[in-house]
Amino acid sequence: MSHQPCAIVGIGQTHHKSRRWDVSLGGLVREAATRALADAQMEWGDIDAVVLGKAPDLFEGVMKPELYLTDALGAHGKPMFRVHTAGSVGGSTGIVGAHLVETGRHRRVLAVAYQKQSEGNAQFALGSGKGASIGAGGAFAPYMRSYIHRTGAPKDVGPMVAVKDRRNAFKNPYAHLRIEGISVDSVKDSPMMWDPVHYLESCPSSDGACAVVFTDKKGGEAAARAGRPPAWILGTAVRSEPSNFPGRDPVRPQAGIDCAADLYRQAGITDPKRQIDCAELYVPFSWYEPMWLEGHDIAAVGEGWKMVERGDTEIGGAFPVNMSGGVLSSNPIGASGLLRFAEAALQVRGLAGEHQVDGAKLALAQAYGAAAQYFSMWIVGSALDSAS
Amino acid sequence: MDGTEEIAIIGWAVTPMVRTTDKTEAQLLAEVVTDAVADAGITRREVDFTCAGSCDYVAGQAFSFVSNIDALGAWPPKSDSHVEMDGAWALYEAWVRLQQGDLDIAVAMGSGRSSTADPALIYPMEMDPYYLAPLGVDAVSFAALQARALIDAGITTERQMAEVAVRTRGDARTNRSAQVSGVFDVDSLLSHDFVRAPLRPHDLPPITDGAAAVVIARKDRALELCDRPVWITGMAHCAELHYPGMRDLRHSPSTTSAASWAGIDDGPIQAAELQTAFTHEEPLLVAALGLADDVPINTSGGPLAANPIMATGLVRIAEAARHIRDHGRNRTLAHATSGPCLQQNLVCIMEGSS
Repeated sequence: MSHQPCAIVGIGQTHHKSRRWDVSLGGLVREAATRALADAQMEWGDIDAVVLGKAPDLFEGVMKPELYLTDALGAHGKPMFRVHTAGSVGGSTGIVGAHLVETGRHRRVLAVAYQKQSEGNAQFALGSGKGASIGAGGAFAPYMRSYIHRTGAPKDVGPMVAVKDRRNAFKNPYAHLRIEGISVDSVKDSPMMWDPVHYLESCPSSDGACAVVFTDKKGGEAAARAGRPPAWILGTAVRSEPSNFPGRDPVRPQAGIDCAADLYRQAGITDPKRQIDCAELYVPFSWYEPMWLEGHDIAAVGEGWKMVERGDTEIGGAFPVNMSGGVLSSNPIGASGLLRFAEAALQVRGLAGEHQVDGAKLALAQAYGAAAQYFSMWIVGSALDSAS
Repeated sequence: MDGTEEIAIIGWAVTPMVRTTDKTEAQLLAEVVTDAVADAGITRREVDFTCAGSCDYVAGQAFSFVSNIDALGAWPPKSDSHVEMDGAWALYEAWVRLQQGDLDIAVAMGSGRSSTADPALIYPMEMDPYYLAPLGVDAVSFAALQARALIDAGITTERQMAEVAVRTRGDARTNRSAQVSGVFDVDSLLSHDFVRAPLRPHDLPPITDGAAAVVIARKDRALELCDRPVWITGMAHCAELHYPGMRDLRHSPSTTSAASWAGIDDGPIQAAELQTAFTHEEPLLVAALGLADDVPINTSGGPLAANPIMATGLVRIAEAARHIRDHGRNRTLAHATSGPCLQQNLVCIMEGSS
């Protein structure tokens, strides 16, 4: 095995907004990257390689933007790598970056993911400019209806997730949406978008970027000695499955089950709900919180919505989920996965500010994409033996 | 290389290269994955990791790679990734992934159907969207600027460029996959008008539809499965500034860096496959790589014989591996590139004996 420990020592993100017209694409990614470097107490020259992730190039109208962004991300004279795995891409970007350190290819790697949705029209691009796109909400709504039908979950569960995540967003200075006075009733009173998803149960369109600095064991230990706690990567996993065939269950996709099982095995986790302190899951529409709790074997099948109803997934609950406010509060699509991964790392570093889960030592992050076909996940710990 | 798992290429496949295919990208990939795993003597089920390289703008559709996953046979679900880069970078990710030590076999793919649109309209979209894309300058025009810089510097001449076209397309006659091949005459080529001065039609690659897949394995599995594994002894890539105006177009320092990191100085190179989509790029890259005068370059015909965008670089790796497995050479080099005027370059070095 060539596998060596990898530490996260720098995290940065932009203030996510509907329209960041104050910055170019280059300015946006640089804002996140500069903050990550400052957090890591590194200079641009300290970075050995850059990994860039984002969702479809058609969203901004820039093809292979890693070429143009080489300059803004200080990658001249360095390896610049571009990942695109649909909505899971932010997570995949972090994983590809971490692997460059774990395999000893590089000592310090910068992973950056972004989307600037205001530069284009995602709905138009999803239909490849040909119209007729039902959009992500329309695509996922049947899966959510099926989940409700199968489990008998009460109709309030989705709105409860929406309220929790939007309230968490008030604790996160970078979050996009701040919906004063949001309540289960106000969510249910908002327009029905794609049954069962109301307007206030749907993610926003955001401009934003996220950046993470990875380093090796020596670098992680040095940061710890200097009083800057690192997050240690205890496992990474990705899985993909085909889009449509009769044996596929899109409500609880096999790729998500396998991805989590692989991850838990790597990290030595046998009882995820008990051992993991908190999770950042990719929940662009409210019902995906209970669906992923079941889909990644945190809750038993049919039991995920009960965790929501009990308040387990609140900060302070038994298994906090999306302390940052989640995708429901900020959704720069390509960055949304890396934001989940970064928030998990912030939690185990104890640097999550007002949305910190007390004593979090082991945190899970997940992102998914396409028709719930692509999964990327990691587990980070405050120490290399956090899971034991 | 210290601390690096020994990983070998154990099989590959490339589609016939054609101006226009009636197949989808997923069909092209299904063919090459089927043929490549057969070449490696395995089944899809034995593949632990897959990574594809393709481009939504070439396909004309957002998330175009999602339907390509049908080509993998990703059921049960697979550890899988995708890069919006040439398949050569997909191979790089797969090569790094196997170095984690927990997986044995990976397949890297590259695919593109350039026939579905006009590359001259698409390629300006890869430039800086604020200052360069609005100019509408296409890849051929940027290449012409670089060719002019090389000619002015005495690094090549229009005649030498034509000689590259004649040589590679002549060599392509023995490559069953090649799209453009035959016997051409330098003087008659030089009698044609410029497409963009100083580039004439023969200096440009064809527009090609095609795909490629390469199977790699860690040492123990490679030795079990293959009589002549082709060992990847080094692979690295490097980017340069995006703005052609900020670079010295007479040189390719990122190619030199990538080659150095990949270990080019550890021994002589016996053959090279370079992603020279334009004739003038050959002398530039040969100099950047420090290749000796007698090193055969692009005996497959290279990109001037077939240029399946997003697979062209991966095909170079397959062809460089073929030199070792099928033609008795022991140390070869493949090069891939992306971006205007060779902005980003990858070098892969292979050896026959472990």
